[in-house]
Amino acid sequence: MPFDATLSTEGQVATITLTGELDAAAAPAFRARIEEAAGASPERLVLMAERLSYMSSAGLRSLVFAKQKMGQAVDIYIVAAQDPVIETIRLTGFDHSVIMQEAYVG
Amino acid sequence: MTASQARRVPAPVRRPSPGPVSGRIDSYPTHRHGDYGLRAGKPFPFGATLVPGGVNFSVFSSAATSVTLVIFEKGASQPTVEIPFPEAFRIGAVYSMTVFGLDVETVEYGYRMDGPFDPVRGHRFDPTRILMDPYARVIGGRDVWGMQPDWGDPYQHRARIAFDDFDWEDDRPLEVPTTDLVVYEAHVRGFTRHPSSGVKAPGTFAALKEKIPYLQELGINCLELMPVYEFDEFENSRTAPGTGEWLCNYWGYSTVGFFAPKAGFAATGRLGMQVDELKTLVKALHKAGIEVMLDVVFNHTAEGNEQGPYISFRGLDNKTYYMLTPEGYYFNFSGTGNTLNCNNPVVRNVVLDCLRYWAAEYHIDGFRFDLAAILGRDASGAPLSNPPLLETLAHDPVLARCKLVAEAWDAGGLYQVGSFPAYGRWAEWNGKYRDTVRRFLKGEPGQVGELATRMLGSPDLYTGRGTAASVNFVTAHDGFTLADLFAYDEKHNEANGEDNRDGANDNDSWNHGVEGPTDDPAINALRARQVRNAFVLLLTSQGIPMIVMGDEIGRTQLGNNNMYCHDNELAWLDWTLADRNADLLRFVRELVAFRAAHPVLRGSEHVSGNDADGDGLPDASFHGMAAWEPDWSPDSRVLGLLRSGSAEDRTPDVVYLALNAHWETHGFQLPQLPGGLSWHVFANTSVPAPGDVHAVGEEPRLDEQSHALVGARSALVLVGR
Repeated sequence: MPFDATLSTEGQVATITLTGELDAAAAPAFRARIEEAAGASPERLVLMAERLSYMSSAGLRSLVFAKQKMGQAVDIYIVAAQDPVIETIRLTGFDHSVIMQEAYVG
Repeated sequence: MTASQARRVPAPVRRPSPGPVSGRIDSYPTHRHGDYGLRAGKPFPFGATLVPGGVNFSVFSSAATSVTLVIFEKGASQPTVEIPFPEAFRIGAVYSMTVFGLDVETVEYGYRMDGPFDPVRGHRFDPTRILMDPYARVIGGRDVWGMQPDWGDPYQHRARIAFDDFDWEDDRPLEVPTTDLVVYEAHVRGFTRHPSSGVKAPGTFAALKEKIPYLQELGINCLELMPVYEFDEFENSRTAPGTGEWLCNYWGYSTVGFFAPKAGFAATGRLGMQVDELKTLVKALHKAGIEVMLDVVFNHTAEGNEQGPYISFRGLDNKTYYMLTPEGYYFNFSGTGNTLNCNNPVVRNVVLDCLRYWAAEYHIDGFRFDLAAILGRDASGAPLSNPPLLETLAHDPVLARCKLVAEAWDAGGLYQVGSFPAYGRWAEWNGKYRDTVRRFLKGEPGQVGELATRMLGSPDLYTGRGTAASVNFVTAHDGFTLADLFAYDEKHNEANGEDNRDGANDNDSWNHGVEGPTDDPAINALRARQVRNAFVLLLTSQGIPMIVMGDEIGRTQLGNNNMYCHDNELAWLDWTLADRNADLLRFVRELVAFRAAHPVLRGSEHVSGNDADGDGLPDASFHGMAAWEPDWSPDSRVLGLLRSGSAEDRTPDVVYLALNAHWETHGFQLPQLPGGLSWHVFANTSVPAPGDVHAVGEEPRLDEQSHALVGARSALVLVGR
């Protein structure tokens, strides 16, 4: 499935819905969405990951990029991620930079 | 196409993806090869480095006649493309080239080197081989531990590209004072691979991270990891006769790539994320106050001797990287087939670059150098009085706060304990400490004098270098575990498949009457006491104590003293021992805490014998069964050792050890304490648990202040307060 990232903003919450495989080829598109989201100065970034099937090293780095772009005060949520994605995030230690949720609880 | 035929193009042929610094003129190709844009690269840094829009490849060879970059898709057996380095891209003996438009996540690369095959002159070029970059920072091919590789693959160990952009936040090396260190030596896989470990991904960096609370509770503050550089567990692997067990290169003292972490030690190795996983572990250990020391093996490589495989160095520049005999054979000071030519200026820089990389990029706190005496030999193998490599490392600015620890001997007979060229920086594994403690505890005669010296940081060996020059240990990965040291007279290495010839024969061990496990409660009690005695000596000696994984809970290898080839439950740490030997674990924890609480045990300078703080007691004094009368006679097996100084708050810090390695109980007259202080019992190994040790600050007062009985083969630790 091709990668897709769509952004919606509601109040102080920016939501990016991710689909497909987030690898090195897809990472620039994801980062562009993050930059776009950061432009609205949200207080929270929510990544809806239910239909994200794979996350590579470059994908993980995009999460760090998001944290750095948004600033430490902005919480990043990863919602409904599939098990392989959760496992990748956890074993490499990126889980400390984000909040993992099964369903979004605002 | 030959190197000189790469076409020069007048305009960019392929626009690179936007780099962080757009508009740099060096982010555009000037040449092309097929679909790939190229540009003359930068010689430094060596290896593959991400640059705007592309990857800079740089490799050295003093004698190659042409060099070709070989690009693979991840895991493919046939190359995607082979790109010769245009002659114009060579500066000196360095071939460098930027290639644009590569998918850095999926690309693997190697080199073909053409040049003379003339072993007598040291050259072994073979352009049919694909060679790994010695600076490769990620290496594929053995991504999951023990998974059979494709032996038909012409490129077994595959260089990949690292991002090197980990989010360290505020982390940096801890710089724990050397005299405060308590080192714990562990094998990454062995620490958590046992089914009892209860972790999610056994045998990995991620799993080790889960066990950090255990290390914190133990109180150690430096984790020394046996080799984590990429190695090949299949090297020399074989099936044990009789048992059919797979024997492998479990320990990993045979490096494939010096800059890359062992992929098979990472749960994410199959995803190529071992770099992130190891860095996450280091960061978490630092948060827990635990330094990370790497056991590094620069004395040889995994390429073996003349019959060994081409992995990297042999085909890149054999004559530069290896010590060769005049006939072109490999010197074998390492006992493993070859010897890295460490004092060659080029090789020296590889070692320096490597250590700087690990210190800067992985925040590693220190390094323990395997068979480090080799690092002081010249190209012909002769020991140097002023080895450039050791001096360089000692004075390097990036490594300035790193601990440097030498295993100060080699397999060629060079033994430098106490004489390793130190430049004010190097510490040594003190093999003489190990031997003396073992002999004393066995009850051998004539050991008391040397024991006193060893316990005070071996001033005979390290005058002017301070106590932290001595890394004290009773056991190490090489040899018996501590439990086995007191349960076996002889090694039992039959399972290694070498007819019990391998492993050390001189172990100074003692089985206490029965070889191996026994139901005899008296023998088991004596063995348990001896284990505690050893911990008392180790953790109350000046110098840096090192504990081996599992000794604190009585790990056994059933008498095998050379477990290098076993990947089984005997090699792994059985976590059920923490419950079964909870008393021992408690004893060791309290001892580690006791050491931390008493600066007098950790002084950085050797003792003077003078009363510097004016409390009426010298900083160290020796005693026997009569106070102030040490018995240095050959038949003596008792020693009283009194240390006196001040704590940070200037309160008196007085610790007295009464050691009795004799087979009978002896009464010790106790030295009189200065006014207001009285003797309290911290530990007494002749008392069964839980009375064998007390928490710091809760030591009970000794009823009789002038004398104490010390049981047979026991240690008594008193504190004055």
